[in-house]
Amino acid sequence: MGSSADPLSSFFGKPLAVVNVGLAAFAESMEEQNIAVVDVDWQPPPADVPRLVRTKSGVMIDEANAEAVRRIMSGRPAIVGLGVARDVIPGMTDNMILHAGPPITWERMCGPTRGAVMGALVYEGLAETPEDSAAMVERGEIVFDPCHHHHAVGPMAGVVSPSMPVWIVENLEYGNRAYCTLNEGLGKVLRYGAYGEEVYKRLHWMADDLYPTLADAVELSGPIDLRGMIAQALHMGDECHNRNRAGTSLLLRALGPSLARTCADQERLAQVIEFIDKNDHFFLNLSMPAGKAMLEPAERIEGSTIITVMARNGTDFGIRLAGDPDRWFIAPAGVVEGLYLPGFTAEDANPDIGDSTITETAGFGGFAMAAAPAIASFIGGTAQDAINTTREMYEICFAEHEHFSIPALEFRGTPVGMDVRLIRETGILPKLNTGIAHKTPGIGMVGAGVLRAPEQCFIDAFEAVKSW
Amino acid sequence: MSIKYLVKTSQYFDSVSLMNIARDVRTLDSIDDAALVMGTDANKSLLQQVSALTAEAEAASPTDLILMVKGEADALDDALALAEKLLTQRPTSTHGETHRPRTLRSAVRAQPDTNLAVISVAGAYAVAEAWNALQRGLHVLLFSDNVPIEDEIALKQYAVEHGLLMMGPGAGTAIINGAALGFANVVPAGPVGIVSAAGTGLQEVSTILTREGVGITQGIGVGGRDLSDEVGGLMMIHAIRALQTDPATEVIAAISKVPSAAVSEKVIDQLVEDEKPAVVIFMGAGELPDSPASTVHFANTLEEAALTAAALVKGIDAAAVQDRLAAQRESLRAQAGELAGRLRPSQKYLRGLFSGGTLCEEAMRIWSARLGDIWSNGPLKPELRLPDSNKSYRHCALDLGEEEFTVGRPHPMIDNDLRIRRLLQEAADPEVAVIQLDVVLGYGAYPDPASELGPAIREAREIAARDGRDLLVIGALTGTEGDPQNLSRQARAFESAGIVVASSNAAASALAVMILTADA
Repeated sequence: MGSSADPLSSFFGKPLAVVNVGLAAFAESMEEQNIAVVDVDWQPPPADVPRLVRTKSGVMIDEANAEAVRRIMSGRPAIVGLGVARDVIPGMTDNMILHAGPPITWERMCGPTRGAVMGALVYEGLAETPEDSAAMVERGEIVFDPCHHHHAVGPMAGVVSPSMPVWIVENLEYGNRAYCTLNEGLGKVLRYGAYGEEVYKRLHWMADDLYPTLADAVELSGPIDLRGMIAQALHMGDECHNRNRAGTSLLLRALGPSLARTCADQERLAQVIEFIDKNDHFFLNLSMPAGKAMLEPAERIEGSTIITVMARNGTDFGIRLAGDPDRWFIAPAGVVEGLYLPGFTAEDANPDIGDSTITETAGFGGFAMAAAPAIASFIGGTAQDAINTTREMYEICFAEHEHFSIPALEFRGTPVGMDVRLIRETGILPKLNTGIAHKTPGIGMVGAGVLRAPEQCFIDAFEAVKSW
Repeated sequence: MSIKYLVKTSQYFDSVSLMNIARDVRTLDSIDDAALVMGTDANKSLLQQVSALTAEAEAASPTDLILMVKGEADALDDALALAEKLLTQRPTSTHGETHRPRTLRSAVRAQPDTNLAVISVAGAYAVAEAWNALQRGLHVLLFSDNVPIEDEIALKQYAVEHGLLMMGPGAGTAIINGAALGFANVVPAGPVGIVSAAGTGLQEVSTILTREGVGITQGIGVGGRDLSDEVGGLMMIHAIRALQTDPATEVIAAISKVPSAAVSEKVIDQLVEDEKPAVVIFMGAGELPDSPASTVHFANTLEEAALTAAALVKGIDAAAVQDRLAAQRESLRAQAGELAGRLRPSQKYLRGLFSGGTLCEEAMRIWSARLGDIWSNGPLKPELRLPDSNKSYRHCALDLGEEEFTVGRPHPMIDNDLRIRRLLQEAADPEVAVIQLDVVLGYGAYPDPASELGPAIREAREIAARDGRDLLVIGALTGTEGDPQNLSRQARAFESAGIVVASSNAAASALAVMILTADA
């Protein structure tokens, strides 16, 4: 009776830290007394959303999710090399084009993805002109498959064709690998659906000069740790999705010595460094496969309601759950609330597109917005808005990251592991920042903006969980 | 259609801010397009597609800012000026305020050292939230009513097993680790630990202790049903046990309506298990039982309970409290004689208008000991229930905090409207001699009750005066000098409004009875 282990006797005399659920007046009177109080913005849970605790097959969902986020957080992604898509991406064939988002047919493909496909086939030398490309596709000579079906991810249109060079990122903890092309920069680029000489020329330079230079450097340096690099970039103002300035700088520093040691051609070395330096998003194509590599080990944990894939193809938005990773839950891709480049308006915008939401899925990107006040304009303008965005995303995430933290939140871990149950219980949908592609093939980037993920795919996924 | 460029050298802005400004400039009537970009090659080629660059823009470096506006010629300068102004303007938040957690779960994440949840959502949701809190290892103050008794039992059993406080349902008052929660007063730290199944009972005892110069360790509210046969005093016994092991607590005070013999016995058994002295007030007990041990003292009124606890703390013999109360009665009797002389023979009834249920009940018990039947909306005996709570009858006390009065309107501790209307109604009744009020101060209560009740009392007395009567209004204030309303200030304001302010609810009740029974 009343042993020292009794939490009640040890509670007496301690400062109170209160959570207030209900009448705001109670929280106010506690604040007047200088008592630490968090006043919950409480709303009744939606009537049709039961609290799912255990699956029909008897798995405790919280336990499954705890294991899922443990695996996600313990992953150690590292650059282990570069290769050509057809040689290194599992299941890639010579007549295959990979794209972002859930599966889609040519008929339903959006403008920018079509543009990127047409451009890629010309780049591959399989077609003479974009028109030839379209004809080839219509004759059924090309197979389309999502990047996500091949351990790959692609920003925007996310098109990967067989001879494109790709980063190889290995999760050193679990041994799985993920792949992503090299980032082309902004403006008139393939991933935004642009094609034309300027685009092909850049892609060829990337394959002929950039790729071998980087490949040699990585071969000499050995694995380059990406988890640590993302963690550092988050402390340097990046959220590693829409701001990659710090990550790109860190990468260049890491590669610098081995680049200098392996590239005898001074001019080519200078061009490589210039190219990376001029492209603030160069690191995006590494933060993305790093996220993918961290998420995959969580797949196939029975009963886990953690989202391991969230991706868009410009027509559809799709998610997959750790507990059933082969099934896509799909809803129409949303319209981006955007800011536009000179000469473009909302009329020109294609719906939401790209695999880059793998970053939010893995516990950084827009969910770490509080780490990136410099791009707060995306979500309202102030550093407080950025902090609010991250705080809101904590509501729908199962855990806080052990390795990624946010200085402005007293180094609190980033929100990680979207739980479809929490999304349904709170009604809060993932908030996404994204670039905007022109809806017509061949043009490219027209702006950037923000939107919420569409609700229907989370509703469908939640209903599916009920029958697990 | 004209175009104008402006280049600002060595001024870096992030592209999203620039796009935001461009969007705002584009909304101007005579402007067709606007661009603000850093002078990178990619950006310059984008601009080139809109219109030919000027030489200056062509020469801009990636650290130079290029502004471009396109539209009617005479609007371009204003547009550029607007863009420049927006560049220097700090952004304002779209949300205005800090994000507040939406769930108890994320609130605890945001404040990892959370140790208490205060829950006041509607009863239908309150149980789930209380479980949520207990299972996270939090102590709970559950203000909400309308919680099924099976849920209350399950919650409290879990709390007892896990060493947690489960205060409520229906617990509106607690003072935990010095913090006033819900409806509670500012009282100093000290050696008395209070456990109470009655909210205003806890307030009355803790404030009288304060006026005696004695503070408290804890004021643990357990909810009005805790000592019912079904719940069996689960939380009161748990809390008493904790106070017994708490080194800071020297004296324990337990407050409740009188429970069944079985529950009473369990509570008393727990109290005698320890040598710490205890004061028990079981309101409504007919005869006080014999004390089972020299350490356990029974009290008749909340005031007596507080004074006894204070005496025990000070090492004064509890019997001295009786002498003091006897002296108080003497002086009240003298006061009553004087006041009774102001009444006309036709004025023969007492009316009580209470905001605190426990205070109402205490008054009825004191009144009925001398006056017999007291009618009420919460009577001591079922046959004395008022047929219509809106009409007083003979000696009559109303608990205005009862649900019948509070549906769709705030509690009378927060909102004085109902009580004012009733006060004026009673004033018009020529048979009314004395109106007794309680005034509860502290956190949660109305910020300045005298400012509204004072004028109403003046008006009530004027109504009676126009009819040639003097209406006596007696009141007691439950509060402390430290309360946001400040006890002395309120007492002065009520006195100047013509109210007779007594030192406690029990004293006010005794005074009222003495006035009616005074020899003419």
